[in-house]
Amino acid sequence: MSQRILVAKVGLDGHDRGVKIIARILRDAGYEVIYTGLFQTPQTVASAAVDEDVDAVGLSMLSGAHLTLAPLVVEELRGRGSDIPVIVGGIVPALDIVELTEAGIAAVLTPGSTAAEVVGAVRRVLAAST
Amino acid sequence: MSDNRTLWQEAFDDSKLREGDYSTMSGVPLEPVYGPDDAEFPGVYPYTRGPYASMYRSRLWTMRMFAGFGTADDTNARFKEIIRSGGTGLSTAFDMPTLLGLDSDDPMSLGEVGRCGVAIDSLADMEDLYAGIDLDQITTSMTINSPAAPIFAMFVAQAENAGVNRARLGGTLQNDILKEYQAQKEFVFPPRQSMRLVRDTIKFTAAEMPRWHSISISGYHIREAGSTAAEELAFTLANGFAYVELALQAGLPVDSFAPRLSFFFNAHIDFFEEIAKLRAARRIWARWMKERYGAELERSLQLRFHTQTAGVSLTAQQPEVNIVRTAIEALAGVLGGTQSLHTNSMDEAMALPTEKAARIALRTQQVIAYETNVTHVADPLGGSYFVEELTDEMERQAEAVFSKLEEFGDGSLLEGVIKGIDENWFQGCIADSAYELERKFNSGERVIVGVSDFKEGNDDAEIELLRISKEDEARQRMRLETVRHDRDQEAVDKVLATLTDEAADPEINLMPTLIDASHAYATLGEIMGALADVFGRHTEVPTI
Repeated sequence: MSQRILVAKVGLDGHDRGVKIIARILRDAGYEVIYTGLFQTPQTVASAAVDEDVDAVGLSMLSGAHLTLAPLVVEELRGRGSDIPVIVGGIVPALDIVELTEAGIAAVLTPGSTAAEVVGAVRRVLAAST
Repeated sequence: MSDNRTLWQEAFDDSKLREGDYSTMSGVPLEPVYGPDDAEFPGVYPYTRGPYASMYRSRLWTMRMFAGFGTADDTNARFKEIIRSGGTGLSTAFDMPTLLGLDSDDPMSLGEVGRCGVAIDSLADMEDLYAGIDLDQITTSMTINSPAAPIFAMFVAQAENAGVNRARLGGTLQNDILKEYQAQKEFVFPPRQSMRLVRDTIKFTAAEMPRWHSISISGYHIREAGSTAAEELAFTLANGFAYVELALQAGLPVDSFAPRLSFFFNAHIDFFEEIAKLRAARRIWARWMKERYGAELERSLQLRFHTQTAGVSLTAQQPEVNIVRTAIEALAGVLGGTQSLHTNSMDEAMALPTEKAARIALRTQQVIAYETNVTHVADPLGGSYFVEELTDEMERQAEAVFSKLEEFGDGSLLEGVIKGIDENWFQGCIADSAYELERKFNSGERVIVGVSDFKEGNDDAEIELLRISKEDEARQRMRLETVRHDRDQEAVDKVLATLTDEAADPEINLMPTLIDASHAYATLGEIMGALADVFGRHTEVPTI
């Protein structure tokens, strides 16, 4: 069975070009991809991830809210007793990567990441979590 | 029948010109435009070569820099810096909660307050935003769509409190809701209910605000979301036709509102295709307005537009190189005949711009305007075999899209566009084009300097970025609390109840009551909530 990945937009950011491209890249790489749609909360993403029994969660964040919202997604997942890894992609300044990592984000993909880099990061995260 | 050159000459002779030395650096005198007598000419139907006969010899484009972050005070300070640096227009960026009609203390606003633009909760913030700025003199543009009507009402209310009559206000409300469903995705109400608000603003400005542009029909976001140039052109103009049909249905004569419609296009990195797209846009609009919608006033036929350089073309790697990309894109906008221009800052692939980065972006426009002499001759690329053919090709591709949408709508572009949205047709086209381009980047068919190739220097230290502190969010929440505490709650409840009642009657124009609600310091979230009680809220079926 192929591994499942939930890609999500949390908060009010409507920019969905990136998340849709990532979804297609992962699908082409053989993963089963579920897209939450826009305007999700940390709670709805965590619930969907647990309900769908996914292997990883990808958050696409372009509005600058990543430091507030991404750690909350991790918290909500752990609160549900889940250790599903969370990857963040989008407009994330280098300075913020350390803080996200400390908050339990498994990987951060920044602008300019190629399809191969995206798939590589997902593979590494999945390998480390099993 | 006069030839086009004669028509152009008449219009040119009627134009007020800027003083200037219209010759090359080496002293060769330059004509205002070149071409054989029977060629197309600027200021002459169908305006392919420019809306005005004299183009930049009369007036340079407005250097309109988009800005907004943190609280209204923060943005007010940036506006004043832009004006000091020689910016000639203002353009307001709102934060995500404001774009979605939510108050800063809404649970969904957590982490988003003041991040992507300025936070506006009530008239109090609007007053701070434009404090000390002479709205009689400088035109202002507001990038707001779902809550365009209530934000516009707050703007009118603050100007009136500052002693400026609404009839004297000049500027632009983006107010282009259709592209929100297609591309930018900051929607609140369902399409038809949103279109009622658009109709109300068109009617209100047509009657009371002769200097105001009621809609800026925007291809920018369609392109940023991943469309091709031809799709940007076609979808934007189709949306424009939909708004025209909406206003006609509301009983407005076409020439009463069409002169106040304006456009907003992207200037991307494919230099000649961008110029061709902008030329084709003018030609198509003029033809359709004249032949299909029966417009007679010249200003109804002349497509005028704002341009912004392509945010998506910027790279986080070697960000200084973005200055070069932006300069090339800005030049395409100018050679395409833009009426106003925003140039992106080099740091915008990572954050909102610092003051310094924004100043360099403005300087880029000033170099084009004052050093290069490209402003001397209108449409300098007109007559180029290549550019003319590419212009025709853009037009052909756009017409094919219009035919499809007419089919969707049984002859109505308004119905066709709404059906295209409901059936995810636009959204699918845009996602497909975005993925196709991404595939070309990944396969090496397209190069991005610093990303796919030429990476030496990528490891240099990151440039200084603008940081929005978490304290800004807390500060804005406290301010909102004060507003709620100090106002007359009974008056707020009353005006919100009136608003809900009026929303239920589609014949009523909501603008007057929205202005009353602003004066009562009702918050944006409360106003949008009162409308949502009647209109409902839109959700999108997620598709990949």
